[in-house]
Amino acid sequence: MSVGAPKIPVRVAEVVEVNALIKRFRFVRRDGGPMPVFSGGAHVVVDMDDHGTRRMNPYSLMSDPADTSGYEISVRRDDAGRGGSLFLHRHVTPGMDLVISSPVNLFPLDARARKHLMIAGGIGITPFLSQIAALSRLGGRFELHYSARTRDLAAYADDLTARHGDKVRLYLDDQGQAIDLNRLLQGQPLGTHLYVCGPKGMIGWVCRTAESLGWPKSAVHSEEFLAPPVGLPFQVQLATSGKTITVGPAQSLLEAIEAAGVDAPYLCRGGACGECETDVLGCDGQIAHNDHWLTDEQKVGNTKIMPCVSRFQGKTLILDR
Amino acid sequence: MGLEFNDETFRGDYTFRNSAKAIARFPFPFAEDSYMYSVNMEPHLPGRPGSVFEHMFDVDEHYVAEMRDRAQVLAEDPLRCQSLPHMTLAGWDLLELIMESKARDYPQWFSLTKDGNRWHWINRPLQIEQSFTFLDETTLPYGPMEYITRQTQGDFTLQDQRDDNLWIEAGMVTTQADWSLDFDIGMSFHEWHAPVPLAHEMRVFDRALKFLLNLQLGAPVRRFNWTMTVDPLLDTSPENYPKWGPSKTTMTPETIGHRQHLRVELQTLHRLPRSNAIVFPIRCYLIKFEELVTVPKWARRLHRVVRDIPDELATYKGFIRNKPLMLDYLSKYDDGAPTSPGIWPE
Amino acid sequence: MTTSFPPAMRSRPVYGVLTARPGTGHLIVADGEGADAVTDMIAAATDAAAMLARSHIIYVPGPTGTDRAETLRALGAAQFHRSPSFAACLPRLQKVLADAQMGMQIYVAGTEGVIGQVQQQAMLAGLPWQAVQTEHRGSTVRRVQCVHCKGITEAVRTDPFPCSHCGLNLFVRDHYSRRIAAFQGVNIDAEDPGQVPPPVERFA
Repeated sequence: MSVGAPKIPVRVAEVVEVNALIKRFRFVRRDGGPMPVFSGGAHVVVDMDDHGTRRMNPYSLMSDPADTSGYEISVRRDDAGRGGSLFLHRHVTPGMDLVISSPVNLFPLDARARKHLMIAGGIGITPFLSQIAALSRLGGRFELHYSARTRDLAAYADDLTARHGDKVRLYLDDQGQAIDLNRLLQGQPLGTHLYVCGPKGMIGWVCRTAESLGWPKSAVHSEEFLAPPVGLPFQVQLATSGKTITVGPAQSLLEAIEAAGVDAPYLCRGGACGECETDVLGCDGQIAHNDHWLTDEQKVGNTKIMPCVSRFQGKTLILDR
Repeated sequence: MGLEFNDETFRGDYTFRNSAKAIARFPFPFAEDSYMYSVNMEPHLPGRPGSVFEHMFDVDEHYVAEMRDRAQVLAEDPLRCQSLPHMTLAGWDLLELIMESKARDYPQWFSLTKDGNRWHWINRPLQIEQSFTFLDETTLPYGPMEYITRQTQGDFTLQDQRDDNLWIEAGMVTTQADWSLDFDIGMSFHEWHAPVPLAHEMRVFDRALKFLLNLQLGAPVRRFNWTMTVDPLLDTSPENYPKWGPSKTTMTPETIGHRQHLRVELQTLHRLPRSNAIVFPIRCYLIKFEELVTVPKWARRLHRVVRDIPDELATYKGFIRNKPLMLDYLSKYDDGAPTSPGIWPE
Repeated sequence: MTTSFPPAMRSRPVYGVLTARPGTGHLIVADGEGADAVTDMIAAATDAAAMLARSHIIYVPGPTGTDRAETLRALGAAQFHRSPSFAACLPRLQKVLADAQMGMQIYVAGTEGVIGQVQQQAMLAGLPWQAVQTEHRGSTVRRVQCVHCKGITEAVRTDPFPCSHCGLNLFVRDHYSRRIAAFQGVNIDAEDPGQVPPPVERFA
């Protein structure tokens, strides 16, 4: 029942080194037409052919959602990762052709909010850039608290401060500055919504603090894309297609299924959206459920797996694919 | 122009009728000889030329009369169109989707020209011409959703997406199968569908919701729903139930062919770009039994569907009272011959 | 005891049991027997004194005459207000919500009419409705909106009942609107005018 949106063939129009870790990429349509308008917080999946290995990584769109002339993403180089960000940093240059997905939003602003309170850590700034552009146009109230290791690594901070002045507060680790979260969360009017995007530890800290101060869950929003973790290789039987595949150490189960020519649904490829949920028909071993989607009950039961981020260790794993 | 618009009514003297061409393109909803709920969604792609699937928003011979009827319903009860304050952006998304689709698909009737955010819209069948500024509500006579849905056949609801759910928080509802927008606005997906029997136990709504939460931009889907209506009344609202309820009691074997209508909803679902909301257009098509039985396959099949439907469903759809009368009428057109699969006439 | 209701359609509200939660302030609204849910919650709270020092309690006597205002007043909350009716305390409630900040906990206990209307006011003030803790106690009379004339009849006991605004005979559905804070009433004799079954006392 999965209905895929059309993919967008793009050309790399610009690559900018933002700082020592981050590069910005601008994509325009190869046919010169307009990109779809999107909503602040949306991401696209970038489809890359890394010397024969297909990589599909999700990145938040950071450009103004109303700018249909092109899309921009910012990519932080992850030297220990599986290679997607390294490929973008090392091999993707202006003029190159790529394919991206239609925008999908798993981190939307709550339209009812009286005020949007945003907390960003490092590269987690990117979804807020498109959200702030949209809010500025519509006159929405927001406040951004942005923390980074150093001023050099605080991508786009100068631009944000220049445009939005007091609405943006910057906190630099190397200057010993830290967000006074307790104070911040205790002075917000009823109807404020809290958003956090950044490293796992920061998301946990913000969500826990908000809960301890009596913030309702439905007013706290976070986004964390999980990079598929690396691990030991493992074998999987695909019952419907009658194939047995081996998942490599730096490959995700979803990628291995795709590489075997078996069609599998997906959207975010980061364990968040639920689209790739697959029935487990047999499991003799341990599934490492790395997703944010399945309930704890489902994880314990080992009847479902999210092949985009989860792995397996043991004798046999049989999937309904 | 290729299509004349009927001068007809959906109330009072009920002069509504389908031309032979309209009967031939009627969206008969049953692909087989029986009916049960299912999620049954398929991509809403441009379909068979001349069919109701040919374009994103079908405009047919009833367009002008249906819009006249909508204006009357709204004059009597303005609460049929409501939008909670945070849904205005979704209304603009919808206005853009409809204007662009209609101007592209029916250039003889509709035109949209843009100079940045300054837009100019022409609707020739309704004799409307409007200059306005996109995303500025003060430049339109109504809110964006109301403005464009006063010019578009079918009901519309706008769903906000949050907390892993869809919340019905705006709508234009004047051609509904007995549900109240005013009452239901603000509800979650399951709450809104709460009165539907059997389907919850079948987990139909769980599966539909899961599917819709991941509905993608540029990939709309569609499905059918259906019910029965006595007389070609578009506005079968709970609000007006005391006015139309009694009509069910006055149908006779002599009048059923003319008065009993199969009411089909072509429901589509589209992700909207700026708001991330979902729009749910519910387009109603009516056909008289005497019109429907001119297509032998449909007559046979409808007889079998009505005969075999569970009483709970017939009650929910509001035709249990007249089911025997319907079966007497339809059985005359069912010789027991097999029917071909699919919805199209043989 | 918390009221237990028979299974009903998915739009029918489900109520919980009030539990003291961490918060920067506590707004507690109750009517009738709802007072018992409040005293139970306070009794179970780990630091009742600290909680009460930041609590504002609004109490309305119940639809069947129950008045436990003095019990609640004796708890010694920072603010206590007894209101003769829900309508009378509405301006006060709205002011408290307008001044409130995120972190304030809202608790409401008693009849469905009061629970629904407090939730409605919290939503209008911008708080997600899920943030309001609820517990049903006491009378099960219903607040019902006539789908035809839109008038709301309070404290409905029988099914069917005559709409207090337009007079139509309405049957009471379990279909519930959080926005309106009422159940839906639909004309029972629309198809056969005059044929109204005898009213049954379903809500007491």
